[in-house]
Amino acid sequence: MTLATFFQHLFNALQWGSFYALIALGYSMVYGVLMLFNFAHGDIFMVGAYIGFFVSSGLVAFASLGIIALPNWLILMLTIVLAMFLTSFVGMLVERVGYRPLRGAPRASAAITGLMIGIVLETGNLALLGARRRSFPVLIATQSYQLGPVTVTNTKIMIVFLSILLMLGLHQFVRRSKWGMAMRAMAYDFVVVPLMGVPLNTIAALTFGLGSALAAAAGIFFGIAYPILEPYMGLLIGWKAFVAAILGGRGSVLGAALAGFLLGFIEIFVAAVFPSTLRDVIAYSIILLILTFRRSAQAVI
Amino acid sequence: MEVGERTIPLAKSVARNTLLARVRSYLAPIPLMGWLFGALVAVVLEQTVGLPLALVEQTVGLPLALALGLTGIPGLFGLRIMLTRPALIPSAAAYVLLVYALPTLVVARLSAPLANRLARKLLDRFPLMVSLMVHLALFYATVHLWGGISAYRILFLRFIFISIILTLSLNLVNGYMGEFSCSHPGFMALGAYGASVLTVLLFVNDDVFGAPLLPPALGPFLFPLALIGGGLLAALGALVVAIPSFRTRGDYLAIISLAFMFIVKSVIENLEIIGGPRGFMNQPKWADLPTVFAWTAVCVWTIYNFTRSTIGKAMCAVRDDETAAAAMTINTRRTKMATFLFAAFWAGVAGGLFAHVIGYINPGTFGVYKLSEVLAMVYLGGLNSVVGSIAGALGIQVLIEVLRPLELWKWIAIPVLLIVLMIRRPTGLFAFTEVNIKDLLQPRQTLRRSSVQVPGEER
Repeated sequence: MTLATFFQHLFNALQWGSFYALIALGYSMVYGVLMLFNFAHGDIFMVGAYIGFFVSSGLVAFASLGIIALPNWLILMLTIVLAMFLTSFVGMLVERVGYRPLRGAPRASAAITGLMIGIVLETGNLALLGARRRSFPVLIATQSYQLGPVTVTNTKIMIVFLSILLMLGLHQFVRRSKWGMAMRAMAYDFVVVPLMGVPLNTIAALTFGLGSALAAAAGIFFGIAYPILEPYMGLLIGWKAFVAAILGGRGSVLGAALAGFLLGFIEIFVAAVFPSTLRDVIAYSIILLILTFRRSAQAVI
Repeated sequence: MEVGERTIPLAKSVARNTLLARVRSYLAPIPLMGWLFGALVAVVLEQTVGLPLALVEQTVGLPLALALGLTGIPGLFGLRIMLTRPALIPSAAAYVLLVYALPTLVVARLSAPLANRLARKLLDRFPLMVSLMVHLALFYATVHLWGGISAYRILFLRFIFISIILTLSLNLVNGYMGEFSCSHPGFMALGAYGASVLTVLLFVNDDVFGAPLLPPALGPFLFPLALIGGGLLAALGALVVAIPSFRTRGDYLAIISLAFMFIVKSVIENLEIIGGPRGFMNQPKWADLPTVFAWTAVCVWTIYNFTRSTIGKAMCAVRDDETAAAAMTINTRRTKMATFLFAAFWAGVAGGLFAHVIGYINPGTFGVYKLSEVLAMVYLGGLNSVVGSIAGALGIQVLIEVLRPLELWKWIAIPVLLIVLMIRRPTGLFAFTEVNIKDLLQPRQTLRRSSVQVPGEER
């Protein structure tokens, strides 16, 4: 592998890892605050991508009809913001329907309802919108830049830049804001902290909402990078991001983000060196090895 | 005013109670054996009433079913008809009443004295095992005759039995051991491929594996060995998961097992000799109903006994408090590993049976969807309960079959139903409850009052 191809793969891995990282953050926050697995999260990612698709298609249609005059980059930003906002309600709905009624129940029961909500979201999408794959509207024409022998595109730069920006934003929110402090407190002890006047239900909803918003952003970025949407797109990527989330340590924002990027790097580089069909075998064997030799997973947000 | 409002429902409930009590006292003297006699007669009735037509036209159809306006014998007690042709619901209900319910009830009640005496004799003169065997034989005869009507029923029954094995083995890990494992589809795949490679290599003339190494006539007799081979392969795979996971407690197992599932699927997809992503076929279809039933019975028996053995008790102690268990000289790591390997073995056997029911497997079968299905069965039935696992497997399989006419909407209906069930009963249907076998097989000579509950039946 020459240095040039190395940098090429590095850049691809950054993009691929940012999807994992953004999704893993949602798993990680729910796991940190409530000690629960949100198995519907991969499908929230899918729903976010579809919401982004409809919002952007709608905005493009409005713009072409001349009702509103918006440049494409503004449409994209509006899409991201609106889709994140709308998808956070999907996340809160999942929490309200599947998790809040089971607050006192065994942890695994809530995981099962999450799993079932995920199946409902997938099948509901398939039943309502049909099996036809949809392609994300092209809002920004792809431009390639030659940095020496390495080719980078403007969309990749944008995706990686915005993802890192969102992660830093989340990090600041959790570190600095009052709500973030409440979340961190809850992660320490969700029995005593509600007694101190921190509303558990609000914090739980906020956690699900924030995670879902990030998943929606990941969905839109995914739609820009690989412009094909289908109902089962969140299945595999969701489970893999779940692996990254736990790998990152319990409820650690930084850890989940880094583990997401790590997973992306491993997958891309394994596929680059070995035949790509062997990607999962080798990538997950590496994960298995890391987990074998990692001592503790008890980092808190 | 307030008093009046209150007394009316009270009176109603009393009336219902007395009716219920009357029905109960009418049914109370019937032992399990009596019910089995009744069910057996009912399925024989279904066969013999259908027989003349079958002889004449070589078709399976009941004159009764036809007379009632049905197109044939209802496959699953007429449950499927509810959604496809609602107009036929009364006919299906009448059929079920006439062919199953009424004969079962009448025969069970009439044979109650005889069945009671027989059950008493069996329990008094022979060990419990003999009595259990007799009941199982009666049950199997019923199931066999019921299934004999159509290939569809046989396939359905075999899938139910395989699901029971799978659910029980996962319950061992997620319930009795208190962990959260996601690797059961992986173990099932290992067992399925292991057993298939053995049978195809040894007994089948295959394009890839060449001529059979042993005479194919021996096959059905050595088939159990192939299944055990598959199970052992799965247990070996479980070792890969167990070694890193059980150093510490916590949620490590969840992701390690998940990663393992991806690895297994990916490895199989890359092995061209066993078909890769195209799948592996040519398995002889040796897993017929008696075989699957026998394996299920053995599995239920071993797992039931395992949970009651010293190591099973140790496992429950580890689940409740690992530190305390270790202080009581339990080797916690070895206990957990033994349980996990044991569970993986049974998942492998289930996989092997599955492969030899269909005669074709591909790696796509053993993915995330299979995982959702098995998890749903375990948690619907309830953790830490053999009865619960059986009920969960049965419930989900019947739901999948009954709601099949809904096509796509089935996968909305079933999850929604499960969500509602989980919210209503967060621990599942029968968590932490177990039926006492001896109580179940007891003769019921004394008329029980309705207020007296059979142990293990409450909740």
